[in-house]
Amino acid sequence: MKKVYKNAGAALDGLLFDGMTIMAGGFGLCGIPENLITAIRDAGVGNLTVISNNAGVDDFGLGLLLETHQIKKMVSSYVGENKLFEQQFLSGELELEFNPQGTLAERIRAGGAGIPGFYTKTGVGTVIAEGKPHKQFDGETHILERGLTADLSIIKAWKGDTAGNLIYRKTARNFNPIMATAGRATVAEVEEIVEVGALEADFIHTPGIFVQRIFKGEFEKRIEQRTTRERE
Amino acid sequence: MPWTRLQMAERAAAELKDGYYVNLGIGIPTLVANFIPSNIDLTLQSENGMLGMGPFPYEDEVDPDLINAGKQTITELKRTSYFSSADSFGMIRGGHIDLSILGAMEVAENGDLANWMIPGKMVKGMGGAMDLVAGVKKVVVIMDHNAKDSRPKLLHECSLPLTGAGVVDLVITDLGVFVINDRGLSLVELAPDVRIDEIKDRTEADFTVDLAR
Repeated sequence: MKKVYKNAGAALDGLLFDGMTIMAGGFGLCGIPENLITAIRDAGVGNLTVISNNAGVDDFGLGLLLETHQIKKMVSSYVGENKLFEQQFLSGELELEFNPQGTLAERIRAGGAGIPGFYTKTGVGTVIAEGKPHKQFDGETHILERGLTADLSIIKAWKGDTAGNLIYRKTARNFNPIMATAGRATVAEVEEIVEVGALEADFIHTPGIFVQRIFKGEFEKRIEQRTTRERE
Repeated sequence: MPWTRLQMAERAAAELKDGYYVNLGIGIPTLVANFIPSNIDLTLQSENGMLGMGPFPYEDEVDPDLINAGKQTITELKRTSYFSSADSFGMIRGGHIDLSILGAMEVAENGDLANWMIPGKMVKGMGGAMDLVAGVKKVVVIMDHNAKDSRPKLLHECSLPLTGAGVVDLVITDLGVFVINDRGLSLVELAPDVRIDEIKDRTEADFTVDLAR
């Protein structure tokens, strides 16, 4: 089966529908699927639930889908960098579900691994625990968290081969490999597509079974906080 | 004289030990990295998926694929490894990180911590803070002793929504250092020329004084 597509629009063909749930990889603007976000904006699907650690900035990343009011609900851990988000949330247009970052990551990992729920001590005694089943293990209280899956996962990797095997680069890995496992369909955008056999099999981060479609994107890779030091 | 922010960070660095894996929060805690004693070899973890965080890059080294949890560009070291967010929080939740240093809005005498939301104001989210305080072996808070409007931040009970219940082990303020354990809150160090009376006046929480430590 052919997994390689020409571009983001072609790779998303037939996968999008109103009201769907989409997982989007990245941490801040690092390792986000820039090309797929733009293509979803251009496709115009609405009423989306988006599971992503952050919500981009006003004119880049998921901020583009807020601009067009395509997102109904965000499931995130931190959304501080986005004024549009704040406006839409305070006006009641946008729903928001906060998850502790590690709980969000583990919910996605669990969902992709076929685990419907797990117990964690993160959030015990906080608003996060309200309404969730509590259970003692070894004298400590834990709360039940549910695994997460999505209709579609959009992820970004460094290199991929024609079988969908992926390698990430530095901290651009973040949520991408776990989201790849939790989408009923996963589309990956990469900086370089190589033939099978060109990637060292021992160093593949995401095995191709988790990736249904792949294409080579073009990347701006915007930096949120350019922080440098002076040479002495 | 109360400690400055840099002096609070320097005092926090005294909690670092050789071989530690450490997570530093955003703000004053980040400054602690400037005071790591030269005889101590430790590894900084960044919860976005990196162990072995280096200094900020020179202008020509900036790499958009290499950032810390504060979204700042950084560099790698020879020892650096990268991993997914699930592995990162496996380290944190699983108790493999020795020390977490973070800021706070309020700390209660039983170790409750509030540092992520103020009701009625826009909530940005807890990020990894709840996971860190629940999972890291030792949690150190650096904060001003009083809020900008001079209200105490060391309280009987937190008034703000909690980040974690009974999670704080040590509090470093501009006035002194407090230990929190099963016996409650105790003042163990004073900043230079700060009197115990002054601290009592500026603190709501009950605490014992144990300066001999």
